[in-house]
Order: sequence, then structure tokens, then C-alpha cells
Amino acid sequence: MFLGRVIGTVWSTKKDENLVGAKFLIVREISLELKEKDRFVVAVDSVGAGEGEVVLVATGSSSRMTSFTKDKPVDAVIMGIVDKLDVSDK
Amino acid sequence: MFLGKVIGNIWATRKHPSLSSFKLMIVQPLNGEFEKSGDPIIAVDTVGSGPGEIIYYITASEAVIPLPVDTAPVDASIVGIVDSVNSAKSSKKKP
Repeated sequence: MFLGRVIGTVWSTKKDENLVGAKFLIVREISLELKEKDRFVVAVDSVGAGEGEVVLVATGSSSRMTSFTKDKPVDAVIMGIVDKLDVSDK
Repeated sequence: MFLGKVIGNIWATRKHPSLSSFKLMIVQPLNGEFEKSGDPIIAVDTVGSGPGEIIYYITASEAVIPLPVDTAPVDASIVGIVDSVNSAKSSKKKP
């Protein structure tokens, strides 16, 4: 999984019919120091994240492992909202 | 599977329901000489590792296999704690 910050929402009317009802968010990858990096993904939200929140994103076929995304064309899913992170031994 | 070092924890109260009982760790990937290799990732702990320990982890959808649930949105899991590594180039104990 990687750390990211939700920077916006994606609306899409015309999409694969399997994706109707999904909430899509744009997530920008951030470092452990919460600095923004240059990787952006559109991810399906499975936890109710909102703009500005620091989230965890799972990518690849693992993202189809939720009840909503099962067997759907999804390769990135938000699976956690970060409260705190502690880097103790770099 | 890949070598890594646990460098910290993540607290996430709100996460996917299938992950409610698991620890999330920050892992720095390492090469065979225990040097940093790439950017840190977040992995689910299945073996009780802690910060400072050298571990190996599994990625992609196979990361769900060691978890005691059928499906979970996880793409990296810690599956072992390393005691030592032997290779032709070097033979190092756990630093």
C-alpha cells in the first residue's frame, strides 16, 4: 500500500456499468514526511474518505478484494484513513 | 518476496472492515546487503514484527493469503522475520 492525500473527486457519467455507484477520488502519493510526490491515482473509496485526508491506497489485483469491487475493473482502492504515523527507526 | 526493515507504525481507525484486527507497518525495502532500496511501503503485519526488525514481505494479491480472511484489500503483507542472510557476495548477520 502507499500513502496518499485525497485531492479531489472524479465525476463520471459514462463508465463501465460495473462501476455504477462507486465513489472515485483523486489521490496524490505523499512521502512519510507528508510531502507531495508525482504519482496520482484515481481510486475507488471503500472507507468514506474525504478531500484533504491522508489515506492508504492498495493497488493492483488486491484492489478487487472488497465486496464492492469484486470482479470489477478496478486497480486502486482506498482501504484506510491514516490517523497518525510514527517513523521510529529510519 | 522482498527483504525490508520495519521503520514505523501507522494508526488508521477507519479502515476496510476486513482489516480491523491487523497492524499496519511502514517498511523500507532493502537489498541483499541490507541497504535501502526504493521508497518505503505500508504492509500488514501477520507475524508480530516490530520497528527495527528485518523482515520479508509478499506483494500483490498473494498478500491476502496469509490473512485469516477470505478477501481484504491488501497488496503487501509481512510474512517472516529474518534471522540472517547468506549470499555468495557476502554473509551478514542481522544488523
